[in-house]
This record gives sequence, C-alpha cells and structure tokens, in this order.
Amino acid sequence: MINPLLMQPAHRVLPLLQAGEISSAELVRATLNWIAEIDPHLGSFLFVAEARAMAHAQYIDKARQRGEEVGPLAGLPIAIKDNMCQRDTPTTCGSRILEDFRSPYDATVVRKLEEAGAVILGKCNMDEFAMGSSTENSAFQQTRNPWDLERVPGGSSGGSAAAAAAGEAYFSLGSDTGGSIRQPASFCGVPGMKPTYGRVSRYGLVAFASSLDQIGAFARNIPDLALAMQTISGHDPLDSTSLPEAAPDCLAALQLDSPRQRASGMLRVGVASDQLALEGLSPAVRRTFEEAIAKLAGLGFSLEEITLPHASYGLPTYYLIAPAECSANLARFDSIRYGLREEGRDLFDQYCQTRRQGFGAEVRRRIMVGTYALSAGYREAFYLKAQKVRTLIRQDFAKAFQRVDLIALPTTPTVAFRFGERTEDPLSMYMADLFTIPISLAGLPALSLPIGWASPEEGGPPMPVGMQLIGPAMAETLVLQAAYRYEESSGLHDLIPSCVAADPPHA
Amino acid sequence: MIVTLEDVRHIARLARLAYDEEGLLAMQGEMESLLSHFSSISALDTSQIPPTTSVLPLANVLREDTPHLGLSHEEALANAPEQEGGFFRIRTFLEERGNEETK
Repeated sequence: MINPLLMQPAHRVLPLLQAGEISSAELVRATLNWIAEIDPHLGSFLFVAEARAMAHAQYIDKARQRGEEVGPLAGLPIAIKDNMCQRDTPTTCGSRILEDFRSPYDATVVRKLEEAGAVILGKCNMDEFAMGSSTENSAFQQTRNPWDLERVPGGSSGGSAAAAAAGEAYFSLGSDTGGSIRQPASFCGVPGMKPTYGRVSRYGLVAFASSLDQIGAFARNIPDLALAMQTISGHDPLDSTSLPEAAPDCLAALQLDSPRQRASGMLRVGVASDQLALEGLSPAVRRTFEEAIAKLAGLGFSLEEITLPHASYGLPTYYLIAPAECSANLARFDSIRYGLREEGRDLFDQYCQTRRQGFGAEVRRRIMVGTYALSAGYREAFYLKAQKVRTLIRQDFAKAFQRVDLIALPTTPTVAFRFGERTEDPLSMYMADLFTIPISLAGLPALSLPIGWASPEEGGPPMPVGMQLIGPAMAETLVLQAAYRYEESSGLHDLIPSCVAADPPHA
Repeated sequence: MIVTLEDVRHIARLARLAYDEEGLLAMQGEMESLLSHFSSISALDTSQIPPTTSVLPLANVLREDTPHLGLSHEEALANAPEQEGGFFRIRTFLEERGNEETK
C-alpha cells in the first residue's frame, strides 16, 4: 500500500518538511519502500541509490535541525533519467555500451537539484540513447504504463514519466529531443514540459541530437512542474548553447495568474486546423482535444484558427536531422576511453564489433540513416535539405505567433499502445511523435497536460490524453500560467493511476 | 529511391558498424523504405531558404580563459576498458595491414 503522502503535491509536502512535521528520512524511506513494492511491476527505475538517498536525507534533517539554510526543495525525493550524469553513479542511457559506466562528474541539472536540497532516488529507464517512443528500446527492461500495465508508458523518458505518475518521485527529469517528455507525459496522465532550446543546461546530459536535446520535467500538477522547471533553468557557462537568461520565477508567475487575477480573455490561443486533419490522429483523441479547446474558450481564452503548412514535413525532417546528429555524437563510443570493448581482428574491426554488440537495433538503424544523410553525394539532398525545411517550419511558428500568444495541439495521435505493437515497423513508432516534433525543430517551449481519457481504437479501458500548449521562445511562464488555469478548472491533477489505487498494486 | 547493397556496405564502414551479409540485406530494405519516405521533403522548393543549423540567437560563444580544475588523471581513466601507466591502452595498429581508414 502506498503512503498517501507520496501522492500529495510537492508544494504541500515541502511545508511539512520545513515545519518538521515529517522528516526527510521518513519521507525518503516511505518512497523507497513504495518503489520496492511497485517497481517490480512498473520497471521505472534502472538503478535506485538507496543508501546514498537515505544518507542525503539524514544529512538534510540534521542540517535543518541545526538551523542551517537547506534549500527550497530540501528533503524532497525525486528521480532523473539515466542519461544525466550524477557523480559516482551509473549512467547507462539504457545501453549495453554504457552498462558499466560510472559518471565522473555531476550534470549541471544534478548540481542545481542537489543545491536546492532535492534527494535524488535513482536513475529512470529510457529508450536506448533516448531513441524511441515507448521505452521498449531499453537494453535492460520494460517500463509499464501505470494506467494499464499491458501498455507502454511512451518514450523515450518512459521511466521518468511512470515514476512521477505512480508516486515513486514527486517530480522527475526527462530529456526531450523530438517529444521524449511530452509524449510519455501524455501517455501516463501527467504534465510534462520541454523548455525553450537553451533554457536548461545540457552539461552532463549524454548527447543524442545536439541541436534538439533539452532537459525538462514531469510532475503530477502544474505548480510542482513549475517548481522543477525553475530549479533547473538558467544560464550555464559550461554549455555554450545555454541562453544567457536567468531562470524565470515560474511559481510567482502562477500566483499572478490565479483565476481572480489577470484577464484571461487577453490570451489568444491558436488552433492549427491543418494539423487536426492529419492522417493518423485517432478520432477519440481528436474528440477529447476538441472538448479541451472548448473548455479553453469557456475559460476566457480567445481561439484563433491558424495553419502550420510545413509542420507535416516535420517527421521526415526530424528523422534526417536527428539521426545525422546522432551518428556524429555516437562516434565517441570507440571502445577505448570508456564503455564496452569487444575484441576484433584489428583496431578497425574492434570498433565495428564493439558498436555492433553495444548498440541496439534502433540505435544502429539511426546511425546508419544519419551517416547516409551526411555522406558525400547525399548530404545536400538529405541533411542540408532537411535543415532548410527546418527553417520553413520555424517560419510557420513565427508567423502564427504574430497573431496568437499560445498554440494548442494534441500531444499524441493515439493513446498509449500495447507492447510490441509498433516495434516491427520503425515508421509506425516514429508516428507517435507526429505532433511533438515540429515544436522541437523550432526549439520552442511546450507543455503536455492531461485533458481527459479516450478508449484505444482496438478497445480496452480508456487511457489518458494530453494536450500541448506551445509558446514562443522563452515564454515558459506564459505556458505554465495557461496550463495552470486549465488544470484548476478541469481538476485533472494529482491523478491516481490504477496500479497505485489497486491493492495489491499489480492487480 | 534506391539504396544498393554496396551503399549499405560503404555506410556501415563509415559508421564503424559490423554487419553480416544477412544484416546488410535487412538494413538495405529498411534504409530504402525510410529514406524513400523521408525524401518527401524534396517536393518543397527551398531554393531561397537558408538552412537552420541552430535555433539559438547566439554566435561565437566565448568565455574568459581562467584556470580551473578538470577531471584528475585517475578520474579520466576510471572508465577505460584498459589502461597502462596512466594512458589509455589500445592494441597495436601500425604493424597491422594498414589502418583501413586511410585507404
């Protein structure tokens, strides 16, 4: 049975910790106990740093007792995706090639979380090197959807999404290259946010596609998500692609925007009619999305019809650019400096054997496609062409944001699918990111929030549906404000998934 | 869109990935199918459109050249599959039948 405190919002639990009504050691112990009970069924974590987390919690309790400054998140148990380095702990990226790797330093987001006093419980499962949309590409284990254990949690940050949804952490970090936070957030019934490219430091994040990768977070409600985002945002001199902007005070922004304040009718939301007509959008998801749009209108947002004429080219554009960048980034796995080594006939063969044994099928596939797109004779037609189409997609958004403050889109074309349903056909898996990819290509901030449920097309119990709210660059607070207003009226926050409500949990 | 088996063999070499003949054939089919699909972007006229290499409004990011501690020797070598005397150890390659990369 879960300790009910674990499903409470972080912003209610933190004052209890501050007042000494509960100790961090008690809270972290309760969370570790819950992980021990539920995670054999869920598989969110690849690695739980039990001793380290308990020691950290006890350290915070003592510091607090001594009256020392302990940070705004002091004692709060959280989790991170296994592609972010935490000193002296494993970072596998869900890959055999990094199975024995231990991080020699902290990622900037890890340093910021620990400075704020958050207790990192461990590392969450993911598609290998963040390449996938179901977490089925992890070399180590499956992660199950907390709403239906027969279905995928989405990906690539599926472990982080499931952990936050099932009360295994108050919030969790993920990374989003083409939808890897928003899509699993939608599948698992939690809010998840990808910030503006450059908002959060990538120092210590294992690179997949460097012009697209961004770290963001999952929580169970918007205020907790805002708390996570403002903790990890801000300029970092260690990342040359980090924007020279201070972290926004997201929580203060939410207060300003309480329903009693600010004229909500001022915000204009663009609805892209051409996107809703795309093949692949399930009628049930579309219906739920249209109801959410009507609700936005009811809340005083003014709706504007917009078009994103090149967004439908996002999928091919992304699946040329991201693999090209991945083929360059993953060249560093050379069996010499770190990672797996497989012996070969000679050094060249050793590289080839190591990479064949160490990388899974999808990673190899993307390296091949990316290498092809960059190779002499094909670079102009594929990679350079895709970069030009990327400009067209950015221009679509820039044009739309001249008329609207935010854009709303469905997060995913369908609800969570079953294991194995899409693993045989890469294109069908890629389709899961149809609506998230264009935003990534434009580098914009976007948040997926729960808007209701829809039945899978093949039948079965209804599964969560998410909606994306997208802002212009640097408009994270505006996106969070709008999402909060929606969440307050819909009541769709702090949802308790069936695997948590059930007793025993695996029923 | 035609990807030949020779193309796939060449790309696998560039990517440092070992494939057996069966694997090469399978990859040929997959690459042909994926790249045919992705070549839908060739329909767009981009003759006047500059490429996006980065969405950031930043150029030439420089920092002060101030000394700071990096990883120690031991830390930098800690994950190496093989090390010797403070160096990464790799197998001899100069005596072998030539580094094929240079061919």
